[in-house]
Amino acid sequence: MHNLSLTQLAAGLRSKQFSSLELTQSFLNRINSYQQLNAYVTVSSELALQQAEAADRRLASGDATPLTGIPLAQKDIFCTQGIKTSCGSKMLDNFIAPYNATVIDHFNQAGAVMLGKLNMDEFAMGSSNETSFYGPSLNPWATDCVPGGSSGGSAVAVAARLAAAATGTDTGGSIRQPAAHCGITGLKPTYGRVSRYGMIAYASSLDQGGPMARSAEDAALLMQVMAGFDSKDSTSVDQSVPDYSASLNDSLQGLKIGLPKEFFSSDLDSRMASTLLAAVDEYRKLGAEVVEVSMPTLALAIPAYYVIASAECSSNLSRFDGVRFGYRCHSPADLTDLYTRSRGEGFGSEVKRRILMGTYALSAGYYDAYYLKAQQVRRLISEDFKRALNEVDVLMGPVTPSPAFKIGEKTGDPVQMYLSDIYTIAINLAGLPALALPAGFIDDKPVGLQVIGNYFSEAKLLNIGHRYQQVTDWHLQQPHGFE
Amino acid sequence: MSLTANDVKKIAHLARLGIEESQIEHYAQDLSKVLDLMTQMSQTDTQDVKPMAHPLDQIQRLRPDSVSETNQRDNFQAIAPQTEAGLYLVPKVIE
Repeated sequence: MHNLSLTQLAAGLRSKQFSSLELTQSFLNRINSYQQLNAYVTVSSELALQQAEAADRRLASGDATPLTGIPLAQKDIFCTQGIKTSCGSKMLDNFIAPYNATVIDHFNQAGAVMLGKLNMDEFAMGSSNETSFYGPSLNPWATDCVPGGSSGGSAVAVAARLAAAATGTDTGGSIRQPAAHCGITGLKPTYGRVSRYGMIAYASSLDQGGPMARSAEDAALLMQVMAGFDSKDSTSVDQSVPDYSASLNDSLQGLKIGLPKEFFSSDLDSRMASTLLAAVDEYRKLGAEVVEVSMPTLALAIPAYYVIASAECSSNLSRFDGVRFGYRCHSPADLTDLYTRSRGEGFGSEVKRRILMGTYALSAGYYDAYYLKAQQVRRLISEDFKRALNEVDVLMGPVTPSPAFKIGEKTGDPVQMYLSDIYTIAINLAGLPALALPAGFIDDKPVGLQVIGNYFSEAKLLNIGHRYQQVTDWHLQQPHGFE
Repeated sequence: MSLTANDVKKIAHLARLGIEESQIEHYAQDLSKVLDLMTQMSQTDTQDVKPMAHPLDQIQRLRPDSVSETNQRDNFQAIAPQTEAGLYLVPKVIE
């Protein structure tokens, strides 16, 4: 059962090959058998079984949706009423949200089952899952390697079949990079397409939730439930939601693909380049035209991102003060001691580095040189994308500089870790949607292709992903030992 | 560009962020490396470029000034470290 697509699962539930209760129990058994992957922070078995029973009743009554009764898992950044939401941090290890994120409400309304909450880098700050308070989740393709981050647990759960599909969030690559490292499909939607209400904030002008699934077809079904206007999110965009499954099979004849030459420079590992160019060739066979484009400001994306994201993080995380919720230090001497020690003891070192960096970038005397400069560079990058996407329909490139790296390989040097997001970060600065697709293997580890589209072109991206997955089988490969 | 241990202490104080004394030098080195990375931007001419704070040119939505949330004080206080009589407790601020 665990190898079926969401569409097949929905059909199986309707034809009574299995019940949601049986399906849910089967996934719970797998989660239990593969605990060593550390994909879950919390397994909500009791709730899942209740939801499954309710889903079976709903299916019997005939008023089910495509996701009714399907066992999914949520990144532990989405607030879930009554179930711990840790955000991968000691700071929130005791936090039970008093309300649901809008995304969670949507899945509940659709009748989906929540198996549990997935491991992640602390407050979504990390590219390897190693900053999680609960320890890293392990890549099922090579368990001595990282799954990527920050949505590492989500990618592991989907790749190892510990959930039928999952959610992630992407601030600088946190859906796409782990999707690429674990051989699954991940979509970072246009900024404002998916509500951020109840999604714990890291960098509010960059954060965006999206689906992580085994195929573009599955991702389309999740996206249908996640997307939409939400009056509770002040940056949610009031625009109608298309039927993401309806256009999956559209022809790609005449599709114009741009390859940014900066993405394929000599810095890119030659085996990565040849794997990706082979994927681009498949698109040629599907009728696409391929041209080279240039985006000269891409190289500035990493510095601009780390100023902006750190600045926004230092502001957003000031809410964790040990007063109203979350971790509080023992026996504070006075109010300053309460703030300082609660934050010092509750946050891990990467979160602290970014808070310090952001505080510095926003402090008097440095604001213009760092924050203002980064915002100006952000506009230049965004304009580069606009120009390129005027010439072509989509851009293609790598998701990551290399396949998954070893656990511990980059923890000693934050800059080396930051550089692993070099191909994903610029997209968040511009607010564009992008899809990560499994496109091959190097040393038995998955490699991802990134497809970047214009604003609100998620349906097109999923169509582009789906057509590729009709003629290739990279997305059907499974890690050994987790079949 | 490099940050000294003193700079780190100053920034940590601004952020009300406790850093162990033994770790300060380590943070100073890490942050200096990150600053070097950020300084790459200074070579780009951004004169007359309008800063971009947000990916979409959105206008802040307004809504009627009416009550939209119910009072959930008990719910919210149930997850607080220390409360009493509906108040959040902190160490004495005024002697």
